[in-house]
Amino acid sequence: MKIKLEDVSKTFQTFRAVRGVSLEIESGEMVALLGPSGSGKTTILRMIAGLEYPDGGHILFGDTDATRIPVRERGVGFVFQNYALFPHMTVAENIGFGMKVSKTKRSKAEIASRVNELLGLMRLDGLGNRFPSQISGGQRQRVALARALAVDPTVLLLDEPFGALDANVRRDLRRWLREIHEELGITSLFVTHDQEEALDLADRVVILNEGNIVQQGTPEEVSRAPNSRFVTTFLGDTNRIPASVHDGSAVVGEIRLPAPNATNGAAEILARPRDLDWQSQGPGIAARVLRVIDRPDGRRLVVSTDAEAHLELDVAPEVVASVGATGFVTIRRGQVFNI
Amino acid sequence: MARRQPGQPRRVGDSPAFKWSLIVFVVVTSLIVIVSPLVVIATEALGRGLPAYFAAIAEPDMVSAVTLTVVVALIAVPINTLFGIAAAWAVTKFDFPGRRLLIIVIDIPFSVSPIVAGVSYLFVYGLQGLFGPTLQSADIKILFALPGIVMASMFVTAPFVARELIPLMQAQGRDLEEAATSLGASGFRTFMSVTLPNVRWAMLYGIILCNARVMGEFGAVSVVSGNIRGETNTLPLHVELLYHDYQTAASFAAASILAFLAVLTLIAKVWLERQGAGRAGRPSLSGPPVPAPVMEKA
Ligand SMILES: Nc1ncnc2c1ncn2[C@@H]1O[C@H](COP(=O)(O)OP(=O)(O)OP(=O)(O)O)[C@@H](O)[C@H]1O
Ligand SMILES: [Mg+2]
Repeated sequence: MKIKLEDVSKTFQTFRAVRGVSLEIESGEMVALLGPSGSGKTTILRMIAGLEYPDGGHILFGDTDATRIPVRERGVGFVFQNYALFPHMTVAENIGFGMKVSKTKRSKAEIASRVNELLGLMRLDGLGNRFPSQISGGQRQRVALARALAVDPTVLLLDEPFGALDANVRRDLRRWLREIHEELGITSLFVTHDQEEALDLADRVVILNEGNIVQQGTPEEVSRAPNSRFVTTFLGDTNRIPASVHDGSAVVGEIRLPAPNATNGAAEILARPRDLDWQSQGPGIAARVLRVIDRPDGRRLVVSTDAEAHLELDVAPEVVASVGATGFVTIRRGQVFNI
Repeated sequence: MARRQPGQPRRVGDSPAFKWSLIVFVVVTSLIVIVSPLVVIATEALGRGLPAYFAAIAEPDMVSAVTLTVVVALIAVPINTLFGIAAAWAVTKFDFPGRRLLIIVIDIPFSVSPIVAGVSYLFVYGLQGLFGPTLQSADIKILFALPGIVMASMFVTAPFVARELIPLMQAQGRDLEEAATSLGASGFRTFMSVTLPNVRWAMLYGIILCNARVMGEFGAVSVVSGNIRGETNTLPLHVELLYHDYQTAASFAAASILAFLAVLTLIAKVWLERQGAGRAGRPSLSGPPVPAPVMEKA
């Protein structure tokens, strides 16, 4: 089912949580809503589910205006941030709940066999008789997903689906969610504030800030061509280096970077730690090493320039650097924005 | 509590002198204030022997008082239970103007002396009261009759169920109901299969407290009942009446019935607490969660 938001807005008391958001989600697509805390992600998701009414705009499911369709008739599967499993029901009863209360009557045997099928799909075999308090966080997450999928929703909405899990479980679960998505081909929208998760999982990423969409596109588009300083800094660790632009190139000391879209004047180069290099000889920005952080895949140097600005560099493990050493930072690539 | 190992420093409050003086103080106070009156009731009631005791209980006015008390409870408790559930549901699951005010209003009977309620009922429904003439011309008797007693009892016990439910339902939030609705459940279905099962122990607890209070209520009922012997005398009123008649043994016999009802209530309460906390199968919300098994790799 194709979902379309037309200029949707929502105000709580006096606070404008969502300010005119327009968005299209193609049938079968998996889209991530990415944004800092308080940017309105949950509110948008709840409005699509019908748990919250927009004060302005329209939400279309296919060609029908869903704005006034009540929650229980929208046919959305909603996975809550804290899972919201029914604590007094077993895993199997949780998964079967939607079928039991549905208007389309199903026999007990029919429900049981569908529940079993889902338990298998979610790799929950043998846990059907446990209660939610008797299974692990990752398992609860899958029960919540199974419960939402059991009623064959036209849209799957997930609010920070992996928020409460540890890093390894998160990684496993999101690859697996992607597999399930590909297998079922259900239109999915998930909320996250973790950029890695969004880029890893989604066909398309929608970046929100303060209730507005600031950019949307494929992971490649938003990663390679962020359209603002906000998007660049939000998508990953960023160094901000003051520069000035002259005739299509940004200049810092002896370093020049191409900046075809910037106008002459003061500017800022935004560069990832990986896009900076450390050299013992100039040319470059003279700096002194403050800290060396060793990691499995390389070293991160925290350096201080003569202008007292701190920069972070990710360099190869072989690079020789120790605290207090002086050297030069060079910029391999960066985005230039006027300020 | 683990025993202190030699050489370990004492924790706060661990000194034996403090511990034992505290325990002795509490035990002695309970004996004087709570236990001794109960013992007196038992001995006084049985002072003239068992046959006299049973004769006093079988006396028609006594039977009528017991019956009235039970009837009042049978009417007031279910109505207040419904009210409590509705009130708790309304103030915890919906946002509306005046929500906080409603919570305060529900609490009023806790802070107002019951006799004030009784007197105000006189002003509203009494012969000289607001609706008095209207009611009289319609030949409806509220005061000095069952309706008045039930209403006074309901006033006093209105908050009991709601007060047990509100904190619990507030803590549970709206997520479960929202989940149920998004899965296609109707409002009624959601209430019956999601909300109610998660609050049923608190609700039963509230009902028991409400019942105990309805049966024992004196102040409000004494104003509106008119104390008509064998007609509008509830058990607590009957106790007082007999006592003023110098029928001490009979008075204590009536009191012993009330005490017996109270003990039954206590047993029910303890049983409920056990049910609520110790059920292995269906874990309760108040009980400790069963430790989650080790996560297997997904
Ligand atoms: N029921 C409500 N009443 C008042 N304000 C609300 C309500 N729900 C959300 N808000 C406000 O709206 C803004 C957006 O909230 P929302 O929950 O959508 O943020 P979010 O992007 O999901 O954040 P997070 O990543 O922290 O979950 C927040 O500033 C929040 O305080
Ligand atoms: Mg949120």
